[in-house]
Parts: sequence; structure tokens; C-alpha cells
Amino acid sequence: MGFLVFVGMGLCDELDLSLRSIDILKSVDRIYAELYTSYIPHLSVERLEKLLGKKVEVLSRSDLEEKARETILAEAKKRSVALLVPGDPMLATTHVALRIEAEEMGIRTEVVHAASIFSAAPSATGLQPYKFGRSVTITFPEGGKLSNTPYEVLEENSKRGLHTLFLLDIKAEAGKYMTIRDAVHILLQLESLNGRGVVGESTLGVGLARIGSPDGVIKAGALRDLATYPFPNPPYALVIPGALHFMERRALELFAGLGE
Amino acid sequence: MINLIDTPGHIDFSGRVTRSLRAIDGAIVVVDAVEEVMIQTETVTRQALEERVRPLLFINKIDRLIKELRLPPDQIQEKLVRIIRDFNRLIEMYAEPEYREKWKVSPTAGSVAFGSARDRWGFTLAMAQKRDIKFSDVVEAYEKGRVDELKQVVPVEEAILDMVIEHIPPPHVAQRYRVPKIWRGDLESEIGQAMLNCDENGPAVMCVTNVLVDPHAGVVATGRLFSGTLHEGDTIYLIGARRSSRIQQVGIYMGQYRDVVEALPAGNIPALLGVEGVKAGETIATTKDVVPFEQIRYISEPVMTIAIEPKHPRDLPRLVDFLNKLTLEDPTLVAKIDQESGEYLLSGMGQLHLEIATHWIKKAGIDIVTSPPIVIYRETIRKRAGPFEGKSPNKHNRIYIEVEPLEPEIIELIRKGEIGEYTDRKTLAKILRDHGWDTDEARGVWAVDEKGNILIDLTKGVQFLHEVREMISAGFYSCMEDGPLARELVRGIKVKLVDAQLHEDPAHRGYAQIVPATRHALYAAMLSADPIILEPVQKITVKVPVEYVGVVTRIISQKRGRVITIEQREYVTQVIGEIPAAETFDLAEVLRGGTGGRAFWGLEFSSWQPVPASMQAEVIAAIRRRKGLSPEPPKPEDFIER
Repeated sequence: MGFLVFVGMGLCDELDLSLRSIDILKSVDRIYAELYTSYIPHLSVERLEKLLGKKVEVLSRSDLEEKARETILAEAKKRSVALLVPGDPMLATTHVALRIEAEEMGIRTEVVHAASIFSAAPSATGLQPYKFGRSVTITFPEGGKLSNTPYEVLEENSKRGLHTLFLLDIKAEAGKYMTIRDAVHILLQLESLNGRGVVGESTLGVGLARIGSPDGVIKAGALRDLATYPFPNPPYALVIPGALHFMERRALELFAGLGE
Repeated sequence: MINLIDTPGHIDFSGRVTRSLRAIDGAIVVVDAVEEVMIQTETVTRQALEERVRPLLFINKIDRLIKELRLPPDQIQEKLVRIIRDFNRLIEMYAEPEYREKWKVSPTAGSVAFGSARDRWGFTLAMAQKRDIKFSDVVEAYEKGRVDELKQVVPVEEAILDMVIEHIPPPHVAQRYRVPKIWRGDLESEIGQAMLNCDENGPAVMCVTNVLVDPHAGVVATGRLFSGTLHEGDTIYLIGARRSSRIQQVGIYMGQYRDVVEALPAGNIPALLGVEGVKAGETIATTKDVVPFEQIRYISEPVMTIAIEPKHPRDLPRLVDFLNKLTLEDPTLVAKIDQESGEYLLSGMGQLHLEIATHWIKKAGIDIVTSPPIVIYRETIRKRAGPFEGKSPNKHNRIYIEVEPLEPEIIELIRKGEIGEYTDRKTLAKILRDHGWDTDEARGVWAVDEKGNILIDLTKGVQFLHEVREMISAGFYSCMEDGPLARELVRGIKVKLVDAQLHEDPAHRGYAQIVPATRHALYAAMLSADPIILEPVQKITVKVPVEYVGVVTRIISQKRGRVITIEQREYVTQVIGEIPAAETFDLAEVLRGGTGGRAFWGLEFSSWQPVPASMQAEVIAAIRRRKGLSPEPPKPEDFIER
């Protein structure tokens, strides 16, 4: 009987794996990993293999998107297979398609959760998770055109006093990571295209770099200041808070240098 | 001010001769005294007459009659009389009735000159009489080595100038009768009146007859200014390209050099610098709503391709430069790089056209190796199919597409450039409604592919659709470049987007997701819509003595062709027919062999026709093999995912 387990790798390195994950990984016949949906700054596949005492095979986007049926699913039909995914396996990814397809093929599936930017952002900033509205990725322009969705999402959330979590686009295959500076520029550009006064240089934002890692940085301030702030290397995220509860404001002052 | 424009002497495919003729009001047809009136003389004279350009005759190379043929003066005169008679027959044959008599040439009227351009002497009859020169004097001058004196007494430039001044009208006279012939707009309109009157205070209208790339100045657009005045810095509209541009510099040719001037009034032939996006044949004007001189077909329909490679890899940059220049000057040539093989492909109107192009490349000093020519095909469909679903690689986006054959009259509108990507959407919707489209379809056009395909959005209220519009269009365009049967260009398809379901987050609905989803849906639909291969069919015109008509018609039908008309002309019989381009490779040999070299013939593009059903599979397999694909085309199921 086939088995496919999706295992979250968390945010920092292989030490984010839970003991439960390690147990499961040690028990399966084959371990795959995808590293294109996000960037785990301190991960070493070599150390991970040593930790598990097993080979970990890294798959490309096309292996998982186009050839899944012939590769990972075909194998999971006969044996037990694990797929390691950055963050939580089902957040900020599209792997639910793979899980659904596996179930439809009669493969038993399971998900082992881990920290994700979706939980780390409220957790690290002190902003209440109850008060986040829709999240959205700020994407690199394609064909010279910017997606307007981030602006529309921010507009809706702001109207309702909700926080907005922006994921910043990554093209892991090309080693391209959107910086907070890029993201601020894109938001301001969208403002000048739409002109509805949703966001400006003095809008309060919280920049997050390498959240979940010891060298992670959180900085709250006006977008204009965030754009020039010396954040460490990727990955990044950006939060634009809505109306602040007094506890949230205090948290930003203490954890994110608000007002400094 | 007299402008002289040289026309290419070789067979021309680009319309360059016709365009040069549009710029001028008179033409000096040069006939070689030894060879007399040739086919090419007939061609250019006919073209001049079609543009209402008055032809004058210069009989050149008289020196050869004396030195090579050693003809006595009376025989020289006989030959000259014959040339003039033959030339006047051409005018008789091709001129419109009112110019037939008026434009015949004669030595007494001074509309014929004789001479030797090489030895720089020449005269009209009037000049000869005035300077007391007879043909016997010319013969004597050559025999006694006194040619230098001859060029002092009767310089060739004076002969030509006399003829031009006497017989070629100034612009304001010529435009009165020429504009109604060469321009199809309303003559009663302000613009029409300005052009008829060569009014330098009217709106500026210029017909670009030639575009050259100057290594220092960039693109130089030369043409005839029919009305108005053009100044440096003027903003102008390119009517065909539907864009505006600024004139960086106005110049005028003085011999081979350009002199910069501030402005030029109507009747001149300006050389404009800095006009972006200009192509030969373009109409430039200071107002937008001008009927253009010609519909520029930004698509030519090339029918054959060759691969070109420099013999020495170091010549590659020069070759690429030269190809760019060549395709700018002759828009019917198309150069592109094959993404897969990295080969440079040059496509043109036929074998001869490509031979001429490669000749130019070699003449520019670039050693090249070329492949044998390959016929270009098209793919199309014959019934409607769909909707078919296409999924993105991440499976989170779905695109639904229907296809049906596009109406031939709409394809024709696209081909002629009357509708296209740049047509204002309201105008486009109106034109399509006038051709029987329903309002939703006519308003929903997203993309018009110049090969004759249209993408229409018929969805209602699909969230985020506007964000993926360019991506779906890109998927559509890429399929039209790359048909499912044999990866040939696609022609004549109406693609309807009927529904779409898209992921919430833009990161999961980018190009990499939406383009493949569109392609899958579109391929599945096309493969289910009775897809076929079309081949280019060429119109063949053969002029041949009547006794060979049977041979010619037999050859045409042996080549899967058909004869359309057989017409008795003045001296010869003209056979017009159609032949698939694929059958034209040995046509030259067969026609020459069959008629003892007595046939003169030409080919031009006629239409795309289905490859006969019995040959479809074979043609598809052959193209696929050549492209390194498996001989069997894919099936719809290959693009439909569970």
C-alpha cells in the first residue's frame, strides 16, 4: 500500500525538523525534497542526510509539477515516500494538488506541520493573527507588467483595519529574491498607477528578514526608511499593519524598533 | 531642382521599383543599343505607366554598335528606329488611352536621346542639329580616336537635362493627374485638394519610397512629399504603423550626399532622419486620418526558407547586421533565428527571391553556406471544437477554450492590414460587426495575430482575469507560431476563451503557469477540430509564343497546378495559372526545356490551399522528421489531463 507524507522543514535549517518528522523520515523508503517554493537560509542537504542517515533527492519544479505522475506518485503507489517542503508543506505552496492527486490514485497521505511565515509573522511581530486579512505575494513584473493584486488586497484589508502580510517573490531556480526595498518600490509604483491613496512613503510597515533564524531581523518603520534599512540576506517578508491594538503597538516598539 | 533616383536593374520583389516610381514624375528608360528592348525594359516601362510616370528613352551604348558590331551609320540608324518603334509599342500596349499618343517618344520631339554613358557623350536630335553632329561624325570620332572631342561638343548630361526639362512636368503639374491614379482617398477632401495642388501650406503627406540604414545617421526614410511642408522637429504620424514619431532632421539628396535643411515644401523628395518604426511603403502625414498610399502588409507571406550560416564564425555579427538591413529594405524578406537549432533562417517569396538575397549577402563580402530551400506550410482547422480544459503545471489554474475556423473575409482583412493588433478596439468591433459577428464576440477581441488568427474573450466575471490577459494572449501567440500538427505557423483560427479559474495569489498564476495552461487547452481544441496542413500556391504568369501554349499548360497541370486564363497579347500569348510552391523547384529547367527557352515567366504568391487529403499524412511526417520530431503528430488526449 502506497504512502506519501509531506514533511515541513520550517524556516531556518534542518534543526527545525520535529522529532516526529525525523522518526517518519527514518521509516520511509524514499526521501525527496523541493527547495524552490522558498529559501531556508541555513539548510545543508548534506547535514540533513547525515542526520537522517539517508539520501535526500532534490526535485525541480518541473519534476513535481509536470512529471509528478511518472515520478513521485508512481513511486508512492508502491512504496512509502516523503516529500520535504520549506515552511509548512501546504502553506504558500500549491502541493495540495499533489496530495489530492495522490489520494485519488489510492495513495494514503499525511502532512507533518512546521513553522511557516504565516505563523512566524504574527508570532515574531506580536501582531495578532486574528487581525490579518488576505495575504498576497508581491511578484516580480512579468512581461513588463506588475500584478495589481497586492494593491487591491492591501486596499481591502486597510479599509477593514486588518494587517496585510506580503510574501516577497522568489525565483529560487534563478537565485532571485525580492528585497524589501524592491517590494516598497513596487507598492509605491502601484499607488501611482492606481492613485487611491492606499499606501505611501510614510505608511507604517514591518520588514522581516530571515525570520525563524538566529540572524533574523524585524524592523518597523515608515516604508521609506525600510527601503534603505540594512536587512540581512533573504528570505524576506513585509507586513503593513492595520489599526493597532495597544498591545500590538507596544510589541512593535519592543520587538521591531518602532519609533527608534 | 531635379531629383534622380536609380531603380534596381534586377528582378524586384520588394515593390521597390513601383515605390521609386511613385516618388518621381518622369522616368528615363535606358535601353542597350545592342540588346534592344528586353523583357526588363517592358516590365519597368509598364510599371512607370501604371503610376502615370512619363517614360523617356535613352538609347545607350552606341559605342558598342560601332566598335563591336562595326555597323555603318545607316544600319545604326535602322537599329535605333527599331528600338524607338518597339518602345512606342510598349506605350501603345500599356499606357492608358489618354496618354497613349501624348507619351510616345520621338527624336524630333526631343523625347529620345542617344549616346554612350561610358564615354560621356549623348545628344537629342535638336542638339545634334544645333551642333552639327551626324551619326557619321560619331563613327568617325571612334575610328579616329576623337571621342574626347565628342564629349565636349555633346555632353551626355546636357542631352538628358534637355530631355527632362522639355518633357517632364514640374510637381504641381504632374500631381494634378498623378494623384488621382496613385492615391485612393477622397480628392474633394482638404488633403485630396492639397495633394492635387501640391499645396505647401496644406497638411503634410509623404509617401516613403525607400528606407536605408546609414551607419552614421541611422534609419533614413526617403520619399515624395505630395503636400504641406516638413520641418525638423515636426511630429508626424506613420499611418500604416499607427504610431507617431518626430523628425530629427530633414535632408535633401545632392548627388549621393544628404544636405541638411530646415524644411522642405511639397513636390520635393525629403530624406528624414529619426523616424522610428518606418518601413518602405509607409505614408507619413501631419494629420492622422489620411488614406495611405498603400496598405503596408507588415506580414509578407513568404513561401520558402533557407538556412544561412557564415563560412567563418567571425563573420556572424556582420551577417546578422546585413540580414537586418536587408529585411528593412525589403520587407517581404523575413529573417529569424531558429530557437532550437540556432540557425539563421531567411524566408522569401520564392526560390529566385532567396537566390537574389543570398547574392546580395555574398556581394557584401560575407562568405555563407546555404541550405536548399524548404517550403513553408500553414496549419488550420476545418470545424469547431471545444470547450477544452487546459491545466497549469501547478494544477491550480484552468483555462477553457473553443476554436472554430475564422471567416475567410476576416483573414483577408488581417492580411491586408485593415485590421490588426493596432486597430483601435472600437473601430475593430464595428468592422467585425459589419462582417456579421455578434456584439459580444466583436467587443471581446483580445488579440489579432497577423497570420490570420483572432483571440476573443467571452468569459463573464472571472476574478483576476485582467491580470492574466497578457499571459493568455502570449499562450495564444505562441501556439499560432507553432501549430500542433507539424509546428508550422497557424492560419485562420478563431480562438474563444470561454472560462477560466485562477489561483488567488499572483505567485501561483504567473506566465510559467498560465501560458502552458492556455497552450494545452488550445492544442487539444485544435487537434479536435479537423486540423489540416495548407500549402502556398503561387500564381504563375508565362509569356510564350503561341506554338508553345500546349507545352506550358501541360507542364502546369503536371505540377499539380491549374490554368486560369490564356490570353493573346500583342506579340505573345500569356498563360496564367496556379502551381503549389512545392512543385516549383525544377520549374525553370522544365519550362526552359519544353519551350526552347522561349518562355518568360514569373511567380507570385496567390493563396494558401489545403494539401490534397491523400498527401496530408506524408507532408506532416516529412516536416516533423525534418524538425527532429516523431513523424506522428500528437493527439488531443496528449493535452487533456485527467
